[in-house]
Amino acid sequence: MAEEGGLQIHPMDQFQIHSLFGGDIGMFTPTNQTLWLGITVLAISALMLAASAGRSMIPGRVQSIGELFYGFIHDMVEEVAGHDGAKFFPYVMALFTFILFSNLLGLLPMSFSPTSHIAATATLAIMVFLTVTLVGIWRKGLGFLAMFWVSSAPLVLRPVLAAIEVISYFVRPLSHSIRLGGNIMAGHAMIKVFAGFAGVMGVASVLPIAAIAAIYGLELLVAVVQAYVFTILTCVYLRDAVGEAHH
Amino acid sequence: MEDVAQFALMGKYIGAGLATIGLGGAGIGVGNIAANFLAGALRNPSAAPAQTANFFVGVAFAEALGIFSFLIALLLLFAA
Repeated sequence: MAEEGGLQIHPMDQFQIHSLFGGDIGMFTPTNQTLWLGITVLAISALMLAASAGRSMIPGRVQSIGELFYGFIHDMVEEVAGHDGAKFFPYVMALFTFILFSNLLGLLPMSFSPTSHIAATATLAIMVFLTVTLVGIWRKGLGFLAMFWVSSAPLVLRPVLAAIEVISYFVRPLSHSIRLGGNIMAGHAMIKVFAGFAGVMGVASVLPIAAIAAIYGLELLVAVVQAYVFTILTCVYLRDAVGEAHH
Repeated sequence: MEDVAQFALMGKYIGAGLATIGLGGAGIGVGNIAANFLAGALRNPSAAPAQTANFFVGVAFAEALGIFSFLIALLLLFAA
């Protein structure tokens, strides 16, 4: 790395948070994170408002996109979280559109993906965790704890399984958040690493550039799949809180 | 004193690298699920769409355990 014009790769620099107007970063400083969070919310609002503006019997182009989103999430909530879980449809819809849009907007060149930061995804995951726990206790009282006592297992195994279930319950927000944040971050970092190769390979740099194009296609898929996985796991967790026991 | 700090740094980076090996397990797990889902779906294509959600949930759970080793790598690099 010391030689002139050598390999210079800083794949993690793109995740730096900096203040938009200079100065130190405090609790309420507008940063690039805030900017892209705002752009995400604006983009979702614009799409949904445009989709519901006409409300015609035969949907136009924008309206069918809105209906596609709505129908997709509504089916998923009803199917996975059960009929009682349908009350949480607005929450799940907000989660899905927010994560999808910030993943996809983050793929634009020179942009910034809020969901690449574990701080942002952990907030979402902890909100889901608290919602599930509080709603579960509110709806079922102490019966919520029956979730940890696997009644279909042999009696000897139940305490062991209970310990495992409790651990896996409290580990949920961790894996939920790092799955999304880690996937998005790793994808962006990988593209940056290949871009670093392209800078030093001369004519042969068509190879890393082709690789970047291919990875970019993969990242589009990952962005959508991770948004889907985050929401479907939210539905699975909600089923524990509102539905009948599935063990 | 300088040497000790350098050794500690080396250990940190080696440890982070070793921790990422755990993600290979997640790769095997996810590959297994995808392979079996595909095998099942080709045997009975009409039943496949109803099981896509279960497929993704299984992938997510298999991946979760690999993510913990990624987390250890991140903790070693940035928090330790």
